[in-house]
Amino acid sequence: MPKDITLTIDGQTVTAPAGTLVVDAAKRIGINIPVFCYHPKLEPVGMCRMCLVEIGRPVIDRTTNNPVFEADGKPKIQFGPKLETACTTPISEGMVVVGLSDKVKAARKDVLEFLLTSHPLDCPICDKGGECPLQNQTLEYGSADSRFLLDEKMRLSKHVPLGDLIFLDRERCIQCARCVRFQTEIVDDPVIGFYNRGRKLEIITDSQPGFDSIFSGNTTDICPVGALTTADFRFGARPWEMNNAASLCTHCPVGCNTTINVRREAKTGGNVSIKRIMPRQNETVNEIWMCDKGRFAYHFADSPDRLKNPLIRKGSELFQTTWTEALSAASEKIKQAGSGLVTLASGRLTNEDIYNLRKLTETQGGTFIGYSRMAGGEIVNRFGMLPGSNLGDLGKDSVIVVVSSDLHEEAPIWWLRVREAVKRGAVLISISIRPTRLDKIAAKTLRVEPGREALAVDAILTGDMADIVKQAKHLLVFYGSDGLGRKATGQLAAACARLLETSGHARRINSGLIPVWERGNTQGLWDMGAHPADQIVERIASARVLLVAGADPANDDPMMERALEKTEFLIVQDLFATATARKADIVFPVLAFTEREGTYTSGERRVQRFYPAVPAPEGLKADYEIAAEMGAELGLALESSAASLVFQQLAAEIPQYSGLTYPLLAKTSDQWPIVGRPDVYFGGTSYANRQGLGIHLPLLPLEDFEIPSGDLDMSLHPDAHELAVYPVTRLLDRGITVTTSPLLASRLAQADLFIHPATARKMFLNADMQVMLPVDGAAYPVRIVLDETVPEGAALIPRSAGVPIHEPQVAQVAPPVGDHASRVRS
Amino acid sequence: MSAYILYRHRDIPNLNQLDVYQKNGGFEAIKKAIKTMSPAAVLNEVKDSGLRGRGGAGFPTGMKWSFLPGNLWPHYVVANADESEPGTFKDREILESNPFQFLEGLMLAAYAVQANDAYIYLRGEFWQIARRLDTCIEELYAEGLLGDKLFGTKYSLRLHTHLGAGAYICGEETALLESIEGHLGQPRLRPPFPATFGLFGKPTVINNVETLTNLPPIIEKGAAWFKTLGTEKSPGVKIFSLSGCVNKPGNYELPLGTTFRELIFTHGGGIPDGRTIKAIMSAGASSVIVPADDRALDTPMDYESTQANLNAPLGSASVIILDDSVNMAWLVNKTVHFFRHESCGKCTPCREGTYWMSHLTRRIAAGEAAPDDIDLLNIVARQMQGKCLCALGEFSTMAVTSGIEKFRADFEKLVNH
Repeated sequence: MPKDITLTIDGQTVTAPAGTLVVDAAKRIGINIPVFCYHPKLEPVGMCRMCLVEIGRPVIDRTTNNPVFEADGKPKIQFGPKLETACTTPISEGMVVVGLSDKVKAARKDVLEFLLTSHPLDCPICDKGGECPLQNQTLEYGSADSRFLLDEKMRLSKHVPLGDLIFLDRERCIQCARCVRFQTEIVDDPVIGFYNRGRKLEIITDSQPGFDSIFSGNTTDICPVGALTTADFRFGARPWEMNNAASLCTHCPVGCNTTINVRREAKTGGNVSIKRIMPRQNETVNEIWMCDKGRFAYHFADSPDRLKNPLIRKGSELFQTTWTEALSAASEKIKQAGSGLVTLASGRLTNEDIYNLRKLTETQGGTFIGYSRMAGGEIVNRFGMLPGSNLGDLGKDSVIVVVSSDLHEEAPIWWLRVREAVKRGAVLISISIRPTRLDKIAAKTLRVEPGREALAVDAILTGDMADIVKQAKHLLVFYGSDGLGRKATGQLAAACARLLETSGHARRINSGLIPVWERGNTQGLWDMGAHPADQIVERIASARVLLVAGADPANDDPMMERALEKTEFLIVQDLFATATARKADIVFPVLAFTEREGTYTSGERRVQRFYPAVPAPEGLKADYEIAAEMGAELGLALESSAASLVFQQLAAEIPQYSGLTYPLLAKTSDQWPIVGRPDVYFGGTSYANRQGLGIHLPLLPLEDFEIPSGDLDMSLHPDAHELAVYPVTRLLDRGITVTTSPLLASRLAQADLFIHPATARKMFLNADMQVMLPVDGAAYPVRIVLDETVPEGAALIPRSAGVPIHEPQVAQVAPPVGDHASRVRS
Repeated sequence: MSAYILYRHRDIPNLNQLDVYQKNGGFEAIKKAIKTMSPAAVLNEVKDSGLRGRGGAGFPTGMKWSFLPGNLWPHYVVANADESEPGTFKDREILESNPFQFLEGLMLAAYAVQANDAYIYLRGEFWQIARRLDTCIEELYAEGLLGDKLFGTKYSLRLHTHLGAGAYICGEETALLESIEGHLGQPRLRPPFPATFGLFGKPTVINNVETLTNLPPIIEKGAAWFKTLGTEKSPGVKIFSLSGCVNKPGNYELPLGTTFRELIFTHGGGIPDGRTIKAIMSAGASSVIVPADDRALDTPMDYESTQANLNAPLGSASVIILDDSVNMAWLVNKTVHFFRHESCGKCTPCREGTYWMSHLTRRIAAGEAAPDDIDLLNIVARQMQGKCLCALGEFSTMAVTSGIEKFRADFEKLVNH
């Protein structure tokens, strides 16, 4: 720990660790030194000059090295001839900072006057108006009059698309470089920069496509003026018209804390609409950032295609029906089915939903299955991170292993936080079948043959990194499903747990296993007792009643699709008329996460609460309500009136949730940096966390638990004319939660088959060739993309991009029928 | 033998050829240093000589070198050949006509701080000079005067030229380093200073071309000899770039402490017939405008005297003469437009202030301004002072505030018509 230093700021005595900047020391005690370019998450640059203060330092007698004292016994303080930037000056012992003198006030007024000479002052039509640091600080420190001639203002373009997501207003930009620095320092996508110089300095993008970064939306948050706006929100609403609700991002297991801004508007018939989603500060989860998928892919919730009524099958068609009829028909069938009831629940559901569905299923003697492509949850519950752990605490003395996960694509904020840990000195070992962005920051990259990932993990403690791993204070292991099927992820989880145990890191603070689940609440699925099952196709086919909630097996796998035909009676709970719902006998329309409350458990095993942002539409119910109401018909006393009451029940039953309540989950504590406060802030739009930081779950005991063993080699062995096809995950797939946001359309993954050029030559395939890829008895058109990073003999295909592929498999690709003939003719 | 120390080419024809330079004692200093002197001895000799940086700030060269920490490696030396100050053209003549003495000086500096790589940063417009320097450097490698294990010692040195892209700000040493690294030419925050965190984040010495060209004679003839020239606190000779309303503009190598009067009237041929001298800018466009009264004319041109007598830095000693045909508002308009064009835009006061001032001075010079605009211009300039990130912004106001203070009538004449 750096030693503490005591100084005086505007008459108040402050003690802070050495290295703290004057501006931060002041804000910690509630003294606001205004800034534009400085941001506590970025390196200081001292460009905007807004934070100029008077700084005095004790006079030291050079001969004795002792401080010199005034006649009254106080230390003699020497002030410099010039004002100094508080954002670049570290505190020192005995320093005296004056931020309230006339000289300083005049300097602030001067700098603001300079900034405003070139500023368009179009606040009445500016998106930032109302939450704009330039506006706020002008009100507080600036002049009411302008001495600059309007005719001499710079006229610049006001609608410059930096990419398809972010627009730049060149007139509003104050050249603080926060956006440029964020892209370079925080997310390592230096795709925007300055062009030209002086008053002509302007932000440009130099990537193709423009502003090619999955974190681009964050620049609009930290922009201290209305220069950067998102295509999604610009001109959409004024900040003061909007209400906000605390929420969570549901797209991935990170569990980013978010704020949903809403307003009632004429455009949607007087209903409350979502206007934007922004990060909400949680320094142990997402800090103040989020990725563009989380920010922009929320439109599924306000899609006009949402189901609005229960549906019931009559003959070959589904008809609208009442809740009463649908519920009684469903429960009647469930009653008849008895132990023939099979329930599939996914990690899209909340803990409360899953708990009630499980209760409903188990009381009937049915089978409750967690619908997930990954395994290992029971291992994570015993080898995960201990409460109190924080990725932000990893640095020197830490080793991070990431195996089979392209974190940048699958859980972007974890990638960002791993990168920060590496910057602080953590050692990263990256194990995967192909290069990912982790390699760039990894101390050690292990390229393994597909299917041999678990073997590579087992070999760490006998390899050249063994000593570093063993001697590290913290060992954090991420495992994912890049190119792996469910069984292989289970073996991988086991190998990772063995690594933690053998190296002595198991169940220690800031160490443990983090699964890169495919859904936001897959961890909750495991915790609530829903495990994936073998022979799922057979179970679907033989179910007397199949209840599917939050999943679309018909769309995921042709074999499951065929199995669904054989299911006697199918009940579906969903937002949309999915392929599975279209086969159902009864369909219950459910509430989206924006319309209700509940809890999710992140991959780090943090239980977090989200709140309703918009009123629940008439005629829709939450999943847990539907389960409870079906249960009521069967004589069960499941809680249906409030998610908090369901949570009370589950907390009483599930050991690691014991003692948790909604009020506890809503607790917050002070966080640094201070954001979102009106009095002391760093500029930019950020939401402080006033609605809950969540609670990290304890680990389950190790007694009676053995890490599963088994064959670790999961390699496929294709013949010479075959390809081993491995599914990989892309951030923006073609799932319905993404495709409903048209803004992202140009960035969605395609049905492309990535192969090495050498493989292509061997198999007589060319770039851009259309071929048919057989998967489980069906064939799908895919385009060949040559990629030297793909292992030879293998093919990679993005999941959920048009080809339903769950498990790695051997396939023989063929040109589409008729293709030969057409080529011969030409 | 030549009477010159830096401009020896003026007496010795073809001194820009290696064999001629060598025949006239060239590379004896570097041989002596590397073969017979320790790096510390070279550093101490330069320290003892009292040589001060000729780029403008006048900081003692040896002391600057001594700030490089001995526990951080590698060290770099960078020659600042970004000569861009309006009215400054002294380094160009060295680079064109006496390049080997400069290169030898650079080698001495590199040896003194034990740098194995040294860079020459030239303004973009010096591309022909850069090409010529590259040839010179190749010749030195071929002659064994550069490269690995020089003169049978363990010391190796490589020289590199780097061209800027036409930005005055890259003469500012940290912007210069950014530019070499391939970044936008904007000054860095200080501290850390280049002595600890310089080129590629390593300890770096940055010296002006003229400063470096002084080194071979100092090592050859010794610090004591050097101190016999110039004044006590500003020893040595200086090249004065004389321009403006004077009969014989050009570069003059004279001892520091020579008066303005001697430079202008003895060497520069005086003021054109029928005109009278009105004002002097002692350090190019960055300079304050000094009324050319007797007190000014009799001020010795050394680092202390100009500052003490005229409250004006000697800077790079680019002496611009203004006579009674020049309206100072016209002059201020010129300097302000220069700085507006060259402001990098990094800090607010300079980016916005030079832009604002340029509108005001344009209006004043064009006779379109309101009477209040003179005071507003003065206010804007003072508003910038003390707030800028680097010296460029501060310099841009020097002519403005001093011009209005000393020559307000010139401004009023253009406003009240």
